[in-house]
Amino acid sequence: MHGANAALTIETPASVPLTVDVTVNGTGVVCDSAGVAWLPGSGVLVVSDLHLEKGAAFARRGMMLPPYDTAATLARLAAAIARYNPRLVISLGDSFHDRTGSAHLPECYREQLQALQHGRQWTWIEGNHDPDRPVGLEGDFCNELHVETLIFRHEPKPGVTDGEVAGHLHPAARVVRRGKGVRRPCFASDGKRLLMPAFGSTTGGLELRHPAMRGLFDRTQLVAHLIGKERIYSVAFNRMNG
Amino acid sequence: MGFYDFAAISVCSASAFLERLHGCTTLVRVKTESAPATDNPGFSLPEPFLGWFASRGWQPRAHQLELLAETATGRSMLLIAPTGAGKTLAGFLPSLTDLAARGKPKPGTAGARSLHTLYISPLKALAVDIERNLARPVEEMALPVRIETRTGDTPQSKRARQRTDPPDILLTTPEQVSLLIANGHAERLFAGLRYVIFDELHSLIASKRGHLLSLALARLRKLAPGLQTIGLSATVADPVELQRWLVPQSPTTDELAGRITVAGGASPHITILESEERIPWSGHSARYAIPDVYQTIKDHRTTLIFVNTRSQAELLFQELWRINDDSLPIALHHGSLDAAQRRRVEAAMGRNELRAVVATSTLDLGIDWGDVDLVVHVGAPKGASRLAQRIGRSNHRMDEPSRAILTPANRFEVLECQAAIDANYVGAQDTPPGGDGGLDVLAQHVLGMAAASPFDADDLYREVSSASPYAQLDRETFDKIIEFVATGGYALKSYERYARIRKQPDGLWRISNPQVAQQYRLNIGTIIEAPMLNVRMTSRKNGTLTGRGGPPLGKVEEYFLETLTPGDTFLFSGKILRFEGIRENECMVSKAWDQDPKVPAYAGGKFPLSTYLADSVRAMIADPAKWGALPDQVSDWLRMQQQVSQLPARDSLLIETFPRAERFFMVLYPFEGRVAHQTLGMLLTRRLERLGAQPLGFVATDYSLAVWALEDMGALISDGRLDLGALFDEDMLGDDLDAWLNESWMLKRTFRACAVISGLIERRHPGKEKSGRQVTVSADLIYDVLRSHEPDHILLRATRADAAQGLLDIHRLGAMLKRIKGHIRHRALEHISPLAVPIMLEMGREPVTGEAHESILAEAAEDLLAEAQS
Repeated sequence: MHGANAALTIETPASVPLTVDVTVNGTGVVCDSAGVAWLPGSGVLVVSDLHLEKGAAFARRGMMLPPYDTAATLARLAAAIARYNPRLVISLGDSFHDRTGSAHLPECYREQLQALQHGRQWTWIEGNHDPDRPVGLEGDFCNELHVETLIFRHEPKPGVTDGEVAGHLHPAARVVRRGKGVRRPCFASDGKRLLMPAFGSTTGGLELRHPAMRGLFDRTQLVAHLIGKERIYSVAFNRMNG
Repeated sequence: MGFYDFAAISVCSASAFLERLHGCTTLVRVKTESAPATDNPGFSLPEPFLGWFASRGWQPRAHQLELLAETATGRSMLLIAPTGAGKTLAGFLPSLTDLAARGKPKPGTAGARSLHTLYISPLKALAVDIERNLARPVEEMALPVRIETRTGDTPQSKRARQRTDPPDILLTTPEQVSLLIANGHAERLFAGLRYVIFDELHSLIASKRGHLLSLALARLRKLAPGLQTIGLSATVADPVELQRWLVPQSPTTDELAGRITVAGGASPHITILESEERIPWSGHSARYAIPDVYQTIKDHRTTLIFVNTRSQAELLFQELWRINDDSLPIALHHGSLDAAQRRRVEAAMGRNELRAVVATSTLDLGIDWGDVDLVVHVGAPKGASRLAQRIGRSNHRMDEPSRAILTPANRFEVLECQAAIDANYVGAQDTPPGGDGGLDVLAQHVLGMAAASPFDADDLYREVSSASPYAQLDRETFDKIIEFVATGGYALKSYERYARIRKQPDGLWRISNPQVAQQYRLNIGTIIEAPMLNVRMTSRKNGTLTGRGGPPLGKVEEYFLETLTPGDTFLFSGKILRFEGIRENECMVSKAWDQDPKVPAYAGGKFPLSTYLADSVRAMIADPAKWGALPDQVSDWLRMQQQVSQLPARDSLLIETFPRAERFFMVLYPFEGRVAHQTLGMLLTRRLERLGAQPLGFVATDYSLAVWALEDMGALISDGRLDLGALFDEDMLGDDLDAWLNESWMLKRTFRACAVISGLIERRHPGKEKSGRQVTVSADLIYDVLRSHEPDHILLRATRADAAQGLLDIHRLGAMLKRIKGHIRHRALEHISPLAVPIMLEMGREPVTGEAHESILAEAAEDLLAEAQS
């Protein structure tokens, strides 16, 4: 917002962080404001909770949500893949919003996905929304995958699990400054574990304070990397409210 | 007001009630051409009504007989009458006399299996009261009439029975009517319908609820072509709109119901609170007046104190108790309080145990408290009609004047109060117009009609456009709504196989499966509440919370809680509470011992200053001859303004510019209400930015708007670099408005309501209930997706129309820009002017209006950076 906001604008340095480098259990991970994580050491790109065909899943139940979510998600995914040209893509579960999503995937989207998979490895991690292997698509299907010092699974396991990279919870953080609150999806990590933001275009978020997040992190070390407009904002958990 | 006559049953004796039912016994002037009832033998009551009236020593009132005579000719009628005129009985007489003449219908005939009369009120409590109060005359006259209510509280078994074995008269709410017509039994149930009575019609038609009800009425007319409508209303600005609403509209002629107007009773006696204290420049608390208000409570039997917002109510209640040395029983009543607590206050009031109640608009409609002898209105009334309605709470007898004291919270409000008093004396009314029917409401109705029975699109279009809010609806839009209901109406046709309704080979639209109908029933209605959380008391021991918590105190808006951090204190339910946090869907609080709450939470002016009052205020300021009625400190203030700058004239716009604290200010005085000013502020800053003035922010009140900038706007105007005519050109409502709207959070909030009402998002899914929060999140995401992929979608169209009407006051802004064209007066001042003082004081208090900022995030991220570097 223009005039009204200008008073509050802070001069930002010319090069804003499009990505933030973190270390999870000793492995370097790049958190990208596109909502993907990049493992430069092994050429792996991680996306979580694509929730493809969410609109269609709702339409099947009588709620005619806009049918544009899959196209939007795939376009963003294509851009991220083009930027990193990964050796392996890990889709960290809930890739499809429901069990029938992959089978009913319209042909144009299927072709788009196949093009993205071409020339690289692809692993579908099992999610609670999509417990079965995607129908008619390439790629491995498993419930866990080890890469470097990290273990990739959809739902975070309660308790201390060093090196776990998970999705499922759609983490978001709320930052309050001067009486105004701003809420954004985020990467969340305490250096031991990394929680991935949901990548899908119409996915909501769950705040880090939510009971479901309890016990996952050492909160004194927890930092949220909030996804802003083309940059990442890193805020310590204990500084969310100023 | 129909129900004022009835609702008092619990507080007075039965005979007093019957007197109320009949209306008071004093003579009432009827503003029609008909002679008084007694002189006109043509207007007479049939037996047994005549005998029943006589046995009570009563004369039927002229308007009651006239309504009876007019309806006997088959006309639909609108009855406008003030409180205490026996309006409700008048409304029921045509139906009761017809039923008495008909006798008991033979079993097996259409009459036996169909309703005869529908009575529809905006409040379910009212329907229940009417049932109780009609029972007695019906019993005493031994009328063969069965009367029942049907509301959301009616047990499932009774509802089912009502469908198969309906009563003669059904007393119900708009939502229940929509449910009934969407039912497969509707055709039989309404085949014999003769009368539909709408109580408090004026309060219904300006809302989406009214739009839905107008569509239901159109369907009822199709099911029972002979039915007649009877509208009961308080005085309104435009009765013709109500007359139109009551009868089917056609494209070629303007159809109107008949109208009977009963003149008002004694003029209310209204004064402005006289206080020795200094009236503040700005603010809304009216703290200065508390001792005087307390004194007036002591001087009266029972006082109702009305305020405009919940937080004002909380504050005033607390302040009154602070000085309540006599321990007078003073209570608090507002919509967010726990229902049980509200019922207790109402009951205590009914027993005359209270000396005062501090209340918000929750009491505007509804309960009648006979012994109230004074209404105190704190803050400006914002509209003459609202004031009249609230003052109507005291002394419900047409022959005795109501007594009211207005308590302005600041100097501009003094002007507004004085204007309102003048307005009330001349009987001015400024109820808002009904507006065009909402497309989201239409979508809901179309699905309901498909659930009732397969429909032909041509027929349904004709039916829908016979409802006055939809008389202008074009066929193309209507067809788009059908597409929307079927598959979401997207350009990308990928949901055909999931369609909720489908056109069959016989040309009729039909629901795809029974679940669609069930879904419709669960999600009916147009009242969308902001997501609210329960406030629950918990105790704290040695600094930690104990247990699961105590009693619920009420509900509070989620957006308010989002501004709090644990440890903050705020006022709620008459107590200062400490915010402890949110646990699941509840807001946990503990008792705080602070003297003052940390978070003042003034939730802005909920009501815009009405156009009529705004004009009166402008007229008063411009005319020093009218200042005699104002307190000295206010007229002195205006005189000072006259000397230092100039007074805003009635038909022009005054703009002052002056430097202050290294910034340059521009203050405008349009008096168009806060919402319109906020919109204007958004648009002006956009333009000023383009023109190089480097605006930094703005603040808006009901009366004025201040913009501040790095550049000297006064100099820019004076040397011609900034053309005021161009700056305020009406074209700002074109591209600038569109560009701003598209990124505005206001539109998202409006979209959410439209999405729920239209059925795009469900409130409830069979077997599941969504919390408010979940709906909010997904609605925002859907909005973004829809806007980027299909900006012309019918639901976005509906959203923009809604926002323009309500949230942004575009219509009013447009009228203002037109009015001031060529009449802009600029004064370049060295210093702030007296009239600018109030808004400059608001600057610190009101948050600067703006969107959620990336800058907030950037600031937070700097913290971490600083920490890392230290």
